Amino acid sequence: MLAQRLARPSTFRTLPAFLMMAIVLPLLAGCGYNTIPTAEENAKAAWSEVLNQYQRRADLIPNLVETVKGYASHEKDTLDAVVEARAKATQITVTPETLKDPDALKKFQDAQAGLTSALSRLIAVSEAYPDLKANQNFLALQAQLEGTENRIAVARRDYIQAVRDYNLTLKTFPSVLWATFWFRSNEPFANFTVDEDKMQPPKVDFGTGTKQGG
Amino acid sequence: MGPRLALLALAALLLASIAALAADLPTLTGRVVDSAGIIDAGTRAALTQKLADFEAKGSDQIVVATIPSLDGEEIEPYANRLFRFWKLGQAKENNGVLLLVAPNDRKMRIEVGYGLEGTLTDLHTKLIIENDMVPAFRAGDFSGGISKAVDDMIMVLNGNPEELEARGKRNPAGNGAPIDPIVAVFLILWATIFFGGLAMAFLPPMFGTKLSPGVYRWLGMTFRYGRGPGGSSSGSSGWTTGSSGGGWSSGSSGGGWSSGSSSGGGGFSGGGGSSGGGGSSGSW
Repeated sequence: MLAQRLARPSTFRTLPAFLMMAIVLPLLAGCGYNTIPTAEENAKAAWSEVLNQYQRRADLIPNLVETVKGYASHEKDTLDAVVEARAKATQITVTPETLKDPDALKKFQDAQAGLTSALSRLIAVSEAYPDLKANQNFLALQAQLEGTENRIAVARRDYIQAVRDYNLTLKTFPSVLWATFWFRSNEPFANFTVDEDKMQPPKVDFGTGTKQGG
Repeated sequence: MGPRLALLALAALLLASIAALAADLPTLTGRVVDSAGIIDAGTRAALTQKLADFEAKGSDQIVVATIPSLDGEEIEPYANRLFRFWKLGQAKENNGVLLLVAPNDRKMRIEVGYGLEGTLTDLHTKLIIENDMVPAFRAGDFSGGISKAVDDMIMVLNGNPEELEARGKRNPAGNGAPIDPIVAVFLILWATIFFGGLAMAFLPPMFGTKLSPGVYRWLGMTFRYGRGPGGSSSGSSGWTTGSSGGGWSSGSSGGGWSSGSSSGGGGFSGGGGSSGGGGSSGSW
């Protein structure tokens, strides 16, 4: 029967089939096939931005340490702590491929948090040195550091949102159908877990002098 | 009215999606949104004119906003939220700047879009805040401090005139996003083929005069359909309608909507830009 039908090819007969293909094929994209890859790439891009901003902070630190050293050389402990925390933080990188591993992300997060608190201590002790505070270079670095801490906070918020969206596509209807039948190797990404207060940029308290921060 | 409603719905969505919501976001009513009422009328008019002129020149959108209170939120996340809500700057350039003042919290922030971070650096914004705004605000002169800060921001952004001019040329004012001619030709071709085929299949039997089974005359043309005289539906029983697998819609692509470029029309609206937290904050 099939052979019989194929044996009588008619241009007009195949026209509805072509039409149906023309209608259905674009709909395939509309029925959610792209949802999961799109969300995954968004999350990865958001992660790259997080890494980018952390790297930017790490790049600022050598200059900052040198500048502070010139005025406050006997704050050696604080300076060393910053250098050490920076070395630790730059050793750990989380590539998009390892984002599925919550432990790797936790380690990265802890290292960066260590650097954040070491930096806030450094900024806090430098308040005690009026000459340092008046130094143009220090002012510039401080402005950049504050800006970068804020960019980190923004990048982290964006990452949290992107990962939430991606993880939702793996768990909710209808995209969960694609996850089960097609994207079986896709796993949810790990997300940041710290509370809001740790995400704030280091505070500079002009009132109380050398009060320790962070 | 339609776009305004859509925007409101969108704003509601956006607000709902952000977990911690301390304060409501004001609407973008112009280049100077003085919700706190601290800028006098003359300064506001002058600022609006100045900022409009500056956007006409290089397409950079600078907006001054004052809010009475942050309701306990930090100014940095609030400013970023407001910037993204208003979509300041052109979509492809992200060249917006938001100057936000919260008088009750005694805080201010200059939030710079991605595209201007290289020109109006964190240090520039810090210096503008510390040198222009803080002294004036301490003396209670909000209008003076703000207009001085705006002047200096414009001066910094003018410091790189070639780049500014190039940006202005890339984003000519007034016209909505022009359609790429190649895309237009493709769309026309596709529509002709697609709808032409569709029309040929369905319209003549519906509107034409039937000459004989499978032959119709419509608009002076004769259409013949390859249906055998025996069964009219023998051809259509063979194929099934694709395997769409049940899942037909997705919707939540995570903020993938775009707002196009500013629709002109007198009112002022953001061009679709975004900010990644550049700029700096201060307090007085």
